[in-house]
Amino acid sequence: MDFLNAIIVLFNFTVIPALAYGSQLALGAIFVTLIYAVLRFANFATGDMMSFGTMFAVILTYYFQSLGFGLGVLPTALLTIPFAILMMILYMLIIDKFVFSYYRIKKSPPVQFAMVSVGVMFVTQALIRIIIGPSDRRFLDGEKFIIKATEFKEMTGLAEGITLKSTQAITIIVTLIVVSIMFWFLNRTKTGTSMRAYSDNEDLALLSGIDPKRVVLITWVIAGILATIGGVLYGLDKSYRPFVYFNNMLPIFAAAIVGGIGNPFGAFLGGYVIAFAEIFVTYAYKRFISYLLPEHLEPDSLLQLLSTDYKFAVSFSILVIVLLIRPSGIFKGKVI
Amino acid sequence: MRNYKNVIAAYSIMIFLIILVGIFQSWSIALTILNYCLISAVMTIGANIQWGYAGLINFGIMGYTALGGLAVVLVSVEPVKKAWQVGGLNILACIWIIVAIIFVVKFILNRFDKSKLRNYSVASVILGGIILLRVTAAPGIEAIESVDPAKTGFLGGMGLPVLFSWIFGALLAGGLAFVIGKIALGLRADYLAIATLLIAEIIVSIIKHEEWLARGVKNVIGLKRPAPYEIDLQTSEWFINLVTKFNSSKLNLINSISDKQEALNQMVIDASSVYVKLCFTGLFLTVVIFLLIVTQKALYSPWGRKMRAIRDNEEAASAMGKNIVKEHLLIFILGSAIVGLAGAMMVTNDGLFTPGSYRPMRYTFVIWVMVIVGGTGNNFGAILGGFVVWFLWVEAAPIALFLINLFTSHLPETNAVRVHLIESAPYFRFLVIGIGLLLIMRYRPQGIIPEKIIKQ
Repeated sequence: MDFLNAIIVLFNFTVIPALAYGSQLALGAIFVTLIYAVLRFANFATGDMMSFGTMFAVILTYYFQSLGFGLGVLPTALLTIPFAILMMILYMLIIDKFVFSYYRIKKSPPVQFAMVSVGVMFVTQALIRIIIGPSDRRFLDGEKFIIKATEFKEMTGLAEGITLKSTQAITIIVTLIVVSIMFWFLNRTKTGTSMRAYSDNEDLALLSGIDPKRVVLITWVIAGILATIGGVLYGLDKSYRPFVYFNNMLPIFAAAIVGGIGNPFGAFLGGYVIAFAEIFVTYAYKRFISYLLPEHLEPDSLLQLLSTDYKFAVSFSILVIVLLIRPSGIFKGKVI
Repeated sequence: MRNYKNVIAAYSIMIFLIILVGIFQSWSIALTILNYCLISAVMTIGANIQWGYAGLINFGIMGYTALGGLAVVLVSVEPVKKAWQVGGLNILACIWIIVAIIFVVKFILNRFDKSKLRNYSVASVILGGIILLRVTAAPGIEAIESVDPAKTGFLGGMGLPVLFSWIFGALLAGGLAFVIGKIALGLRADYLAIATLLIAEIIVSIIKHEEWLARGVKNVIGLKRPAPYEIDLQTSEWFINLVTKFNSSKLNLINSISDKQEALNQMVIDASSVYVKLCFTGLFLTVVIFLLIVTQKALYSPWGRKMRAIRDNEEAASAMGKNIVKEHLLIFILGSAIVGLAGAMMVTNDGLFTPGSYRPMRYTFVIWVMVIVGGTGNNFGAILGGFVVWFLWVEAAPIALFLINLFTSHLPETNAVRVHLIESAPYFRFLVIGIGLLLIMRYRPQGIIPEKIIKQ
C-alpha cells in the first residue's frame, strides 16, 4: 500500500506536470527546429511569435464569451485556435515577405539572420504590448478538473490522490494529435518529402524541380500552426503573460538543441527530456521517500537536489552539457 | 579629414539632441540620459571588441553586467561581522570544496585516457561534490540569512572605496568569460549565441536566488558613491554661494527676502542633483575616453590587424600560424571585462543593486542593437550607437505620447482607442528599436559609421 502511495505521489507531482509542460515545449521546439532546418537560422523571435498567436486566441475568447458561444465543459479557447492560427500565419508571411526573404535571396550568413530575427522579436513584442498590454490574463473557462484529489482518494481508498487538470489532459492529447499529423505530413506526403529534400540539400532540391517559394510558404504555415497551438496550450495551463513567453523561448531552444536541431522528432522528444529533467531535479522527494522507508528512517530535509528557483538553470545546464559532449544533439540533428 | 566629417556631424547631432532635452524637459533628465549613454557606450565598446574585431557573437552581455553590479556590492558594502561569525566558515569551506572538485576533475581528465570509466568517474566526482557542497553550505546559509534579514542577511562586502569595484567587476567578468570561453567558444556562431544567452540566464538566476551573497531579489540599497551626496551639498556654504553667484541676475529680480530665500532653496536643490550627475558624467567620460584611446590603438596595431584577419578568414589566418583558439579566448575575456566594468559603473550610478531587473531584453539585445546600429568594428560607431539607441530607448515614450496626442486630437478624451494608445505609449520604444534595427540591417548593414580600414 505504501509503495502504491509513493508511486502516486511521484506521478501526481512530477510525471503529469512534466508531460504537460513537455508537450508545450515540444511544440515550440519543433517550430524552432523546422525554421532551422528549412530556412536555416535560429529564430530568436520564437517566444514572441507564440505569444502573438496566443494573443489572438485570448482576444477572440473574450469576444466569443461576450457573444455567449462556448464549448460547454471544454475551454472556449479551443474554438478560437483556427482563427488565431490564420492570423498568425498571415503575420508570419508578412514578416517573411518584408524581412526574411531579402536575406534568403542574398544567402546571408546565419548570424545575420539571427540578428534580423532579434529585430522581429522587438517589433512583435511591441505589437503585443500595444494591442493587449503586458498584464497577466487567464482565459480558461469550462471544467477545470477531470479528476480531483479528493474524489480519487474516495474511489481508491489510498492516502494520496491524483489531480488531473483538464488543461493538462487537453495539452497532452492535442499535442499528440498535432504532432502525429505533422509527422505523417512530413514523412508520407509529397509536399513533406520535398520539404525534407530542400532542408537536406537546397541545390539538389532546386534541380529536381522543387519550388522553393512553396516550401518556404508551407514551412511558415506549419510553423504558425505549431506556434499558436503551443502558445495557447501553455496559456491555458498557466496563464497568458507576454513576458513569460519570451522567457519560455530559452527552454524551447534548449529542447530543440538537445534533441538535435533540424530533427523534428528529436525536438519532440527533447521537449520531454527538458521538462522531465527540470521537474525531477527540482522536486522535493521527502514525501515519496517517507512512504518507502520505515518510519524511524524518515528524512529530515526536503531531499531536493536544487531549489525550484533554479528550474530554468537546470535545462540550460543540460543544454550546455549536450553542446559540449554531443553538439549534434541526442538524436543526431544537423552536424554543427 | 574628410573621413572624420561624418563622425563629427553625427556626434554633434547627438549632443544637440541631449541639449534639446535639457531645454525642453530638464537639465537633470538630460544629464541622466547622458550618463546612461556613456555607460551604454562602455558596454558597446565591450560588445564591439567581441563582434566587430573578432566576429564572436556573445548574447551573454546581461550576465557580465550583472556580475559587474555584484562586484560593487562585494567591494563597497561594509562587511557584516555577525554573518561572517555565524556562517563564514561554511562558505569558506565551500570555496575550498569547489577548488578541490575542479582539481580532482582536471587530474582525472589529464591522467586517464578517454573511456566510459573516466566519464562516469568525472560525473560521480561532480555529483558527490555538489551533494557535499549542499550539506556544508546549508547550515551556514541559513545562519547568514537569519542575521537581521530585514537589513542585512548577507555576508556584506569588503568595505573598500567604490571605485575599486569597477576594476574588480572587470576582473570578475573577465574570469567568468575565461571559463565560458573555454567551454563554449568552439561552437558555431548561432550556437554560441544561444549558449551564451542561456549561461547569462544561469548567472543571473544564481545572483537572484543566493541571498547570502548579495541579498538576491531583496536588493541592496544605499551603496557608496564616488560623488558627494545631495544633502551634504545643500547644507555646505561654498555650494550655496556658488548657486547664488550663478543665478544672481535671476535672484536680483525678486524683491521680498522670504521669496528670495525660497527661490534660492529650490535652486540649490535642483543644482545639487545636477552637480552630482555632473560628477558622474566626468568619471564616466574619463572611462569612455580612456577605453576609446586604448581600443583605437589596439585596433590599428599589429594585434588588431591579426584579429581582423582571423575574423575575415579563419582558415587563412590559421595557416599563417596564428593561434585562433587562444586569440578568440583573449578577445572574449577582454570584451566581457569591459562589459563587467560597465555593469559596475551602472550600479554605482544607480546606488542600488537590483538583481530582479536584469532582463535579457534590456541588457543583451538592446546592447546588440546599439553595436549593429552604430557600426560594427568601429569604436566611434559603437559609442555613437550606444548614444543613439539609448536616447531613443528613453525618449521614444514621450515622443510617442506627443505624436499620439497630435494624431488623435480630434477624438474626444474618453475615446477607447485614444485611451488605449496613450496607456501603451511606453511600449513604442520596442517598436522604434525593432524597426530601426531592421531598417539598418537592410539598407546600411555596416552601421551609421562603418568600419574603415587604414592601409599601412
